[in-house]
Amino acid sequence: MNNKELTITAKNLTKQFGDFTAVDAISFEVEKGEIFGFLGANGAGKTTAIKMLCGLSMPSSGEATIAGYDIYKEPEMIKKNIGYMSQHFSLYQDMTIRENIRFYAGIYGLTNKQIKERGEQLIKELKLESFADRLVADLPLGFKQKLAFSIAVIHNPKIVFLDEPTSGVDPITRRQFWGLIYEASNRGITVFVTTHYLEEAEYCNRVSIMVDGEMRDLDTPIELMKKYNKKTMNDVFLYMAVRSKRKE
Amino acid sequence: MVLFGMPLAQLLLFGYAITTEVNNANIGIYNQSPGQYSNGLVDKMVSSGFFRLAENVHSEAEMLDVFKKNKVKLIMIIPTDFESKVSRGEASIQLIADGSDPNLASILTTSAEAVIMTWMKGSFTQKLEIETIDPQVRWHYNPELKSAEMFVPGVVTIILMLVSAMLTSISITREKELGTIEILYVSPLKPITIIIGKVVPFAILSIINAGLILAAAWVIFSVPVNGSLILLLAESMLFILTSLGLGVLISTVSNTQQTALMLSLFALMLPTILLSGFIFPVANMPWPLQIISNVIPAKWFLIIIKSIMLKGVGLAYIWKESMVLIGMTLFFIGLSIKKFKIRLQ
Amino acid sequence: MVEYIHVNKSYEGEPAVKDISFTVDKGELFGLIGPDGAGKSTLFRILTTVLLPDSGRILFDGRDVVKDYKYVRRNVGYMPGRFSLYQDLSVRENLEFFATIFNTTIEENYDLINDIYEQLEPFEERRAGDLSGGMKQKLALSCALIHKPKVLVLDEPTFGVDAVSRKEFWEMLKSLKEKGVTILVSTPYMDEAELCDRVALIQKGDILEINTPEGIIDRFDKKLYRLRTPDIYPALMALSQIEGMELSFSFGQEIHIYLKKEITENWLEDQMREKGIKEVKVMKGKPGIEDCFMNLMVSGNLLEGVENE
Repeated sequence: MNNKELTITAKNLTKQFGDFTAVDAISFEVEKGEIFGFLGANGAGKTTAIKMLCGLSMPSSGEATIAGYDIYKEPEMIKKNIGYMSQHFSLYQDMTIRENIRFYAGIYGLTNKQIKERGEQLIKELKLESFADRLVADLPLGFKQKLAFSIAVIHNPKIVFLDEPTSGVDPITRRQFWGLIYEASNRGITVFVTTHYLEEAEYCNRVSIMVDGEMRDLDTPIELMKKYNKKTMNDVFLYMAVRSKRKE
Repeated sequence: MVLFGMPLAQLLLFGYAITTEVNNANIGIYNQSPGQYSNGLVDKMVSSGFFRLAENVHSEAEMLDVFKKNKVKLIMIIPTDFESKVSRGEASIQLIADGSDPNLASILTTSAEAVIMTWMKGSFTQKLEIETIDPQVRWHYNPELKSAEMFVPGVVTIILMLVSAMLTSISITREKELGTIEILYVSPLKPITIIIGKVVPFAILSIINAGLILAAAWVIFSVPVNGSLILLLAESMLFILTSLGLGVLISTVSNTQQTALMLSLFALMLPTILLSGFIFPVANMPWPLQIISNVIPAKWFLIIIKSIMLKGVGLAYIWKESMVLIGMTLFFIGLSIKKFKIRLQ
Repeated sequence: MVEYIHVNKSYEGEPAVKDISFTVDKGELFGLIGPDGAGKSTLFRILTTVLLPDSGRILFDGRDVVKDYKYVRRNVGYMPGRFSLYQDLSVRENLEFFATIFNTTIEENYDLINDIYEQLEPFEERRAGDLSGGMKQKLALSCALIHKPKVLVLDEPTFGVDAVSRKEFWEMLKSLKEKGVTILVSTPYMDEAELCDRVALIQKGDILEINTPEGIIDRFDKKLYRLRTPDIYPALMALSQIEGMELSFSFGQEIHIYLKKEITENWLEDQMREKGIKEVKVMKGKPGIEDCFMNLMVSGNLLEGVENE
């Protein structure tokens, strides 16, 4: 039970912009293979926190290790060991599926042999064989999202960061997407996901809620719902976020 | 197509526009001493292929008038004592060039000097000192050949056009990109209202810009405005409107700011710089390019602004060019209103 | 108040909207529910005269929107998708701009927007671009209402906005409805459907069903069973191996199973335990809008399959 490998550790992680504290001393740990939900209203400090964890922004104070690498000393190693996917950034629309795979896998440092193997495997799993040489722009949205996720983990990173990955997608495809997330988690990849669909929070192993830059609570969805006496994560979130001082 | 066509087009333009030869340029001749030798010289000039006799000038006043009216860029004065002196090997010739176009002027004077030399060598069987006939070159307007005086009118032209056309076109296409144009569509606004709303602030900006440049030119480079300042500002306003019209027209065929920028730069600014006479004299270009240059509004404005600033002329001398600009403005704005889409597709 | 009659629209050969017909009554709060690409924005753009339909007629307050587009443009309040206001103008300047182009003033119809604007007032001078998502939506709503339109057309107004602001937004819509404004809203959030008077479920250019939310739920043509278990993913895997359980979908802490025939809860629990799922509880349940939507997708063969493209 105590043999848990921690892929993310953060202690009093803080980010300040002038005299505005965007992220206020958050502390938490994430285990290997965990599906960790990172919730918070817009403006609560989520995006800033994620940028720090991805090695894109230096914290003002506090400590953290991502995938075992120190956030201050080794941000480049962090980047090599994580995957990232967001609703805004994912794939090149005017390249084909295969080309996108080759491109990103190359960036992630896979060898040509690996790229070929894993690429073909990916195409097969997503049932995209007949489509593999067509442009990503021609794919329906749900497929784009699934493809983007698969590519984000093609190099088997220790952690994958997902920023609202299922926005606007139909409910069935959304669940298929979460099927991919489960599989990745089973393979030992830690999944760090943010979402506005609160019900998706209930698929996570544990969830944290950020309000006004602080991490107000962190626990399994069931425990949170018990603690705040609410029936759904949506209600828990509303309860916590409504008491935010940082209105705008 | 754009990637390969543009450089090719530019290459051709540059190649043809930068000719340093002159062909059939209009000159005036003020022959104060008609006679065997002077007539011979005149014949030589006219038959050289470089020049075309446009004006026979008979007085100094006529000479100045001819320059003002832009009829010729070079006048050769054969002084009264030429016939008598030349046989003694002493005569002189005067060449007066229009200094407001220094590039052209120097090409013309060089060619003229060459013709004179050739004539000298051919006409005299006895050995003569080459220096005996020494063409004196004087620049009328811009006598010190200050490059500032050449550049400032051109710079004003380019800047006015750039700010007006480019910024207007970018501003309108920006709304298309951001999506705010959808909201403008779903409102009682008519296309003309939207166009005016976009155009007016840039018009004001441009005229202030023009004023600033002229003031700076005066203070720093001592470039004068020899003519009426009010007329200059009025004509500038007209040119600004022409450019704004062009800017709106560009925006009607562009969906992104990038397209608008590219069109403004390549389809507008580059041909303007090359073909308006700003750097390369129009008179020097092969005639197809000269015809194309007539389509470029900047060419007409350049004539107007130089005439007012350097030659100090009044409306009477530039009304033709002004009419051209007015016509162009109405055309561009009319076409823009017609082409302005009221829906997304 | 609004009527779509056999409307069709395609983009470059791809159909976006296929033979759509429906009506919205005066004073209704009508929801167009469906994911990205379903055709919601296209339908709204056609109504607000920003796009022309390929075929069909659309009536706005009895008038043809193609011929009488000027009338529509004066009387509709439109919020296009994903926030389209002037980011460099302040809150107040945006409002004044919209008031001006509609030939009115902020004061004239202030009663309509005052509940909303109260929340914006402290930020009057702030650049619109610096507002949070929720505030931007409120501003956009105010600007759309400034000229007291007959119909409000809101295209995904709650997109990208957190749950709290979404809730507030819908409360504002409810009170607007009480003031007599006809409202058409599109959204991908299924739970928002329950807040409307009537909804149209739309996917890939087709309307799956139009009804009141309760009506849609009543017409759910299968039996729904809820399976509670601590480990959802293994349970889903187990279900996929049991015959007849193809329509099983995760819903938070439980799995919803749609079945044509009734089963006994105990039987399924035993089946699951046999597959290694120790803790499991099965109960009968009532479907929500999302269940109905997914069921209709499956029946209509509207699952995203690349082979179908």
